[in-house]
Amino acid sequence: MAMIWARIRFFVSVIVFFVFATAVAAQQPSSVDPNSDAVHEQQLLQQLNRIQGLGTIPDVKSYVIEQPMGRQWREFHEVWLHWIGAIAVLGMLAVLIIFFFTRGMVRIESGRSGINIVRFNAFERFVHWMTATCFIILALSGLNITFGKEILLPILGPSAFSSWSLAAKYAHNFISFPFTLGVILIFLMWIAGNIPNRVDIEWFKRGGGIFGHDHPPAYRFNAGQKAIYWIVVIGGTAVAVSGYLLMFPFYGTTIAGMQLAQIVHGVVAVLFVAAMLGHIYIGTIGMEGAFEAMGEGTVDLNWAKEHHSLWLEEEKARGGPTQLQRQPWATPAE
Amino acid sequence: MARMKFLCDADRCIECNACVTACKNENEVPWGINRRRVVTINDGKSGERSVSMACMHCTDAPCAAVCPVSCFYTTADGVVLHSKDLCIGCGYCFYACPFGAPQYPRVGNFGSRGKMDKCTYCTGGPETDGSAIEYEKYGANRLAEGKLPLCAEMCSTKSLLAGDGDIIAQIYKDRVVKRGYGSGAWGWQTAYRETIAT
Repeated sequence: MAMIWARIRFFVSVIVFFVFATAVAAQQPSSVDPNSDAVHEQQLLQQLNRIQGLGTIPDVKSYVIEQPMGRQWREFHEVWLHWIGAIAVLGMLAVLIIFFFTRGMVRIESGRSGINIVRFNAFERFVHWMTATCFIILALSGLNITFGKEILLPILGPSAFSSWSLAAKYAHNFISFPFTLGVILIFLMWIAGNIPNRVDIEWFKRGGGIFGHDHPPAYRFNAGQKAIYWIVVIGGTAVAVSGYLLMFPFYGTTIAGMQLAQIVHGVVAVLFVAAMLGHIYIGTIGMEGAFEAMGEGTVDLNWAKEHHSLWLEEEKARGGPTQLQRQPWATPAE
Repeated sequence: MARMKFLCDADRCIECNACVTACKNENEVPWGINRRRVVTINDGKSGERSVSMACMHCTDAPCAAVCPVSCFYTTADGVVLHSKDLCIGCGYCFYACPFGAPQYPRVGNFGSRGKMDKCTYCTGGPETDGSAIEYEKYGANRLAEGKLPLCAEMCSTKSLLAGDGDIIAQIYKDRVVKRGYGSGAWGWQTAYRETIAT
């Protein structure tokens, strides 16, 4: 009897097991999809525009495996920067050439007095020329990075062009240090004379006297020179900061940061070059008696009267005739 | 001519890093440089995937476009290579590359970069195929010997595929159809402007 009960219990339990087992099986999906919660490339790119994970090599930068925004930077570097640079530099050159042939050199209208007045001391001139020399080297080596492959590469051939570009890269990196020092010194040295004031509005209203024979009054630096000063200080700071970010990769930047730094560096630099072309023009062939201010450090009294009348009054009031030195050997221009 | 591509089937990658090791060994890659690396996304979470990534040898490669000395060239097999004799180590290819492939041995002062180094698809460089100087500068030239890149050749799960783009795309498609899922051909849309429908 016990035997029969045992058998019945066994069969019942087997039936119960199968009933439950089928019920449980019905609840489970027919096949397992291990991809259901997997990451997908397209989804990650849409969310962050970059894909990053964890790796096992020490180089943590390599944990970013995809960042397509390099394509926008490429578009900037290969298309936009070429246009901005070409328009800024060639445009400025064209304007200067047209201006030179229409207006010609701005003469000292009342002729040279033969009396010279000190305008920039030796230290000021040293800082100016140190910065200027650095700037020219930096500008040429920098323009080479953007335009060299289109202009110089076909002329020099790959091997010579590469050797020149390598030397230019090293020059660009090392010369940046004295240039940055120069910008800092210029900032400190001439800040006092370069705070915009009321006279500048008048100067700008009269177009700096650039057209016709007008001579708006100005202190030591007129509004145009102040503009150059601030272009050097602000532009110089921008190119120095962005340049050092590129020179020291991954110190406080990511790839996106370096792309941005390069954009700032490139745009500011070509505009800087254009502005300096204007500065070089007016300081040399554009105006009689201007170059000697930075050359010998002195200017003719009549030049000072015409271009920096208020500064001359200040100097006279401060230093009196001792500031003025008669130089009999100074030959008139004509 | 074939159009050589890489394809990493992330659903098969087990993050063993053998491709990384094989690449370093086969090409005698300089210290501190990894031409290939394996990165795990969502590590430790459900649905994590590992991807082996190197230079993808892009169509219309951004590195080549931005290079200031035009030192890049694309071989008849679609492999993007560069000349270390012409490279000036400016770093521009690194800004442009979507895959972080270009790397620079650190030489000299501050962050000064040496000649760029990247995956060559085991195709050497502009020097004579199989020459000692080619090996020294760029590593192995397996393609010239009729072999595929070692990273993919020795992949234990056949996750990393190398070879003609059409053929490896078909292999991947067949896999996706058979197993019923696939997380995508990583990097293909960015590198080749096409993807494999899954």
